Amino acid sequence: MEKPEDRKKINRRRFLATGMRASVLVGIGGVAALVAKKNHAGQMVWQLDPAKCVQCGRCATNCVMTPSAVKCVHMYVMCGYCDLCGGYFKPETKTLTTGAENQLCPTNAIKRKFIEDPFFEYTIDEPLCIGCGKCVKGCGSFGNGSLQLQVRHDRCVNCNQCSIARSCPADAFSQVPAGKPYLLRQIADENKNITAETQRR
Amino acid sequence: MIEKHNFAALRLRGKINNRIAFIFLLTIFTFQFLDVHAVQRFPMPEFETGYVHPETLQPTARSEMMAIVDVLVLALALCVVTWLVLKKRSRTGVFWASVLSLAYFGFYRQGCICSIGAIQNVTLALFDNSYVLPLTVIGFFVLPLIFTLFFGRTFCAGVCPFGVMQDLVSFKPQKLGPRLNTVLGLIPYIYLGLAIVYAATRTDFIICRYDPFVGIFRFDASFGMFIFAVTLLASGIFIARPYCRFLCPYGVLLNWISRFSWKHITITPSNCIQCRLCEESCPYDAIDMPVTDKNPESRTVTIRKLILICFLVPFFTILGGWTGSKMHETLACVNGKVRLSKALLLPVHKTDPPESIEITAFRSSGKPLAQLFSEASLILRHFYIAAWIMGCFLGLVFGITLASRMITTYRTDYIPNKGACFSCTRCVDFCPVDRNGDPILKP
Repeated sequence: MEKPEDRKKINRRRFLATGMRASVLVGIGGVAALVAKKNHAGQMVWQLDPAKCVQCGRCATNCVMTPSAVKCVHMYVMCGYCDLCGGYFKPETKTLTTGAENQLCPTNAIKRKFIEDPFFEYTIDEPLCIGCGKCVKGCGSFGNGSLQLQVRHDRCVNCNQCSIARSCPADAFSQVPAGKPYLLRQIADENKNITAETQRR
Repeated sequence: MIEKHNFAALRLRGKINNRIAFIFLLTIFTFQFLDVHAVQRFPMPEFETGYVHPETLQPTARSEMMAIVDVLVLALALCVVTWLVLKKRSRTGVFWASVLSLAYFGFYRQGCICSIGAIQNVTLALFDNSYVLPLTVIGFFVLPLIFTLFFGRTFCAGVCPFGVMQDLVSFKPQKLGPRLNTVLGLIPYIYLGLAIVYAATRTDFIICRYDPFVGIFRFDASFGMFIFAVTLLASGIFIARPYCRFLCPYGVLLNWISRFSWKHITITPSNCIQCRLCEESCPYDAIDMPVTDKNPESRTVTIRKLILICFLVPFFTILGGWTGSKMHETLACVNGKVRLSKALLLPVHKTDPPESIEITAFRSSGKPLAQLFSEASLILRHFYIAAWIMGCFLGLVFGITLASRMITTYRTDYIPNKGACFSCTRCVDFCPVDRNGDPILKP
């Protein structure tokens, strides 16, 4: 052990150590500055683009959360309020009743409510939804595509690497700014204004 | 004649049928090519009952302020633990601070964001200009490094939730011996190299993917990861901190930075009296024992060793690089685009199982095959360069490790190995002298 009076003295070992420390500090600072100079932003969150989504069903199984943080989201502004809803009924359905055998949704998460003849409102019961995307596929093929899969940010834990993004066959997942965390599709221009309003709220 | 006429009529009808079929198909194809979401097949009805459609709820993410709070908590935790380690020299203090860190970064923040994973984000940001890096990630990457540069690995001692978790279960730590420690200590370099290669090529974040503890923090681990975590924690009872010592890629950076640390924890507050009381105190084999020069090696032996080192280190570096470059295609197989191109290049037989979702999705996306192939070959080229660099790095590490085993350093005192020491302050309680060098009489 060195004596207290030696501590202030400079020797070769201490000189080298100081030099190394300074260069490591410059190195860390350099990397930080280099990274900070590039694209940086506030918080980013994961979201999937419904335009790219192929409804493979992996969102339901590959999320770290059970049930998945991806849920079906209903864009009411795009809905046709059809009696024969492609997202609600199985394709071979004979009678349009709410019987379990007729429903496309495996968890009974879509609620069908009569509005006026012949229109029905469809609502997603989100705690029941597992994000399998069966209704999204049905609505996209036969209807307006008002049912869309989205990452729900009240459930998403925002992993560094989204485990659904890794296995998404359509490469639909990306990180978006937390200030504008949804990528819902809209149709007509007059609807866009309404949606923009909802998003602002 | 009649037959001929009928035949002509049939042909005509066939033509018309064909045409109708053609028009029908054309209509269908038009629909196919249009974006399904852009088609309003059924406009929203005008409701007579005055029904107003509900709003689509869009719950927001955790607010951005909270991410800044995370960085502030990290800085505060680092300050507190460093103060407890270096000034108070109190194991009890470090213990309780570390439990609080585990509660916040582990169970409250659920292990994400963490400094270990931040390596990948920073690497990706360096190599990929399109990647947007959150500023808080830079904070999480840089702050522990700076603290380590000045005060040693206090981050490992009581801030990192992974380390704390293992520290809490190390009940019966056993000595592994220098050889086993050195060999197993090479694994983190391989892990770090792979993590950087895969992050730089935007393939995967393997540190996050094979993170054993995040599943425990979320009470939601997959079966494989749960077994991995339980194995680590169970072996952690006898081999203290197995992840930190023999896996952690961030530990590699901290280890090297800590060697140049300005003020590092010392076992004794004044002078070492070689009482040997602390000899068995370190659960991590991080105390360097005194090596007295009873039989100093001769000058010729030293020179021979030096020449051997000068030859071996470059040899292993080049050998490592060459081996790495030979393995670049195997490494690249993890990449999704490379895998997809390989699958598309395979000949299709009728007996094959139906094509994978990836191939179907690629075909329906309408992206040209040539574009995918050119992208995949670019990725392969990147992998070739990356594998050379990674191989050289690993070879260099191997060479230096070998060299460090050859060199004998003489010392008279018991001192913590600045690289391997986690600054847990366990050894401090074993030292029988106080700050003035007077003996402490413990009841």
